[in-house]
Amino acid sequence: MAKTIDEINQKIKKGNVVVFTAEEIINVVKEKGLKKAAEEVDVVTTGTFGPMCSSSVYLNIGHSNPRIKLGGGKAYLNDVPAYTGLAAVDLLIGATAMPDDDPRNRTHPGEFNYGGGHVIEELVAGKDILLEATAYGTDCYPRKKLETWINIRDLNEAVLFNIRNAYQNYNVAVNLSNKTIYTYMGILRPELGNATYSSAGQLSPLLNDPYYKTIGIGTRIFLGGGVGYVAWQGTQHNPTALRTDNGVPKRGAGTLTVIGDLKQMSPQWLVGTSFLGYGTTLTVGIGVPIPILSEEILSYTTVTDEQIYAAIVDYSDAYPHMKSSIVGEVNYAQLKTGKITIQGKKVPTSSFSSYSKAVEIAGTLKQWIKSNKFELTQPVASIPGVESGITFKPLSERPIQVNNKA
Amino acid sequence: MISKKIVLHFPRRLVDRPLVYHLIKDYNLEFNILKAQVTPAEEGLMVLELKGKQEDYDKGIKYLAEAGVIIEALSQNVSRNEQRCTHCGACITICPTSAFELDFVTRKTRFLDKKCIVCGICIKGCPPRAMELHF
Repeated sequence: MAKTIDEINQKIKKGNVVVFTAEEIINVVKEKGLKKAAEEVDVVTTGTFGPMCSSSVYLNIGHSNPRIKLGGGKAYLNDVPAYTGLAAVDLLIGATAMPDDDPRNRTHPGEFNYGGGHVIEELVAGKDILLEATAYGTDCYPRKKLETWINIRDLNEAVLFNIRNAYQNYNVAVNLSNKTIYTYMGILRPELGNATYSSAGQLSPLLNDPYYKTIGIGTRIFLGGGVGYVAWQGTQHNPTALRTDNGVPKRGAGTLTVIGDLKQMSPQWLVGTSFLGYGTTLTVGIGVPIPILSEEILSYTTVTDEQIYAAIVDYSDAYPHMKSSIVGEVNYAQLKTGKITIQGKKVPTSSFSSYSKAVEIAGTLKQWIKSNKFELTQPVASIPGVESGITFKPLSERPIQVNNKA
Repeated sequence: MISKKIVLHFPRRLVDRPLVYHLIKDYNLEFNILKAQVTPAEEGLMVLELKGKQEDYDKGIKYLAEAGVIIEALSQNVSRNEQRCTHCGACITICPTSAFELDFVTRKTRFLDKKCIVCGICIKGCPPRAMELHF
């Protein structure tokens, strides 16, 4: 007897909905068997808390007197450049943006202590943010300069808009060279000195719905401490990535674009983040509920860390030079023991995704659902699956030449 | 030439006296003020980096001690801001003395102060910048 999302929402309203986190469900199904568990369980909640670079906030600050057209001008939030290619008082700030005078890697490795991700954290925390802007002045928007403090409570809109979040699996990074390297996967010590990874594994949203049968456009989610929605697939969405026989991707596969009202989110779940020698980003907390509409859907949520494999990639040479060779494969249970064996060597492991925070997110979403504070939504459209044939392509570079006929 | 960081405690009666000025003028020492504050009890605290010849440095220290300033060698320590730590675990494999360890049950990271040698790698290596250096 297949369940529907409407039926599940009725049970939420009545207060008798049965919810487990993606970690708890593993033992629930082991004890009860798939059939019985599928009849009893209504929702499985997932969670993840890791650095997600393609994150941003767009704002509407309201009009000054006289009016100013930020669009086409320059604007800085706490010295970090914001994007002004939109309407008069609409701005966008991205997590990896940096102050103009940040030395970056001039003295390598740069510290990158402050950037867009930190502005976003301060904004959601309710702190005053300095806006400095210049504009070219028009008859209808005559003002050319604006310097003011802004605060999230006064803004017309402050919307979190992340065009690539919740990566479905990712690489394990190592360094085969003889010098320490500084990457978005952290400080990598020479000659397999350490291995880093960044995934919530068995708690990760898309790894619990590997073929995107329930998660789609319009799915309501936990986002940054508040409520958000899946808006689209994310950039680099790669449904055709290599998978195991039971459908679990072994490489970075699907991604999500998510959106939500920043005013109801919390700085605990949107943390400005710095990567030495690399740049700044935003660590985002996301939790996605999976409605248990069939035994098949339930079976996907029982995935364990042991069943999720990732590729070990050399970030000193293979990664920057687009070489497809990998050093090996390893599963998340092995990674979480703290040591893996690569080429006969015992290599210590470190994560960038906080598993304990992912547990907290999945648990929080479970409580929201059980206490009738969160109803599930029916997606309005799917995100592309394997059958779409979509694949993550490299750039096909076409150099500019004089007399070049394209 | 030597370079040393020292912590100076000025009792109340000395807070008004230009001791650091004399240290520089009379003993030929280069200085860099790392920290300076007057506590609510009106005592002075200063962390100074002094550079100069060993013999000038020794004379300068003697001058301060005779004036009644309490002098300590600088100790720095690393502490964790529990509010900022997200327990991601990035610190675990960059620390040369394994001063961070994972709790395998809660998957949270513990900072073992006793093993820390204040090398400072975690200060810049911690993504949410939860590690802090204190004088």
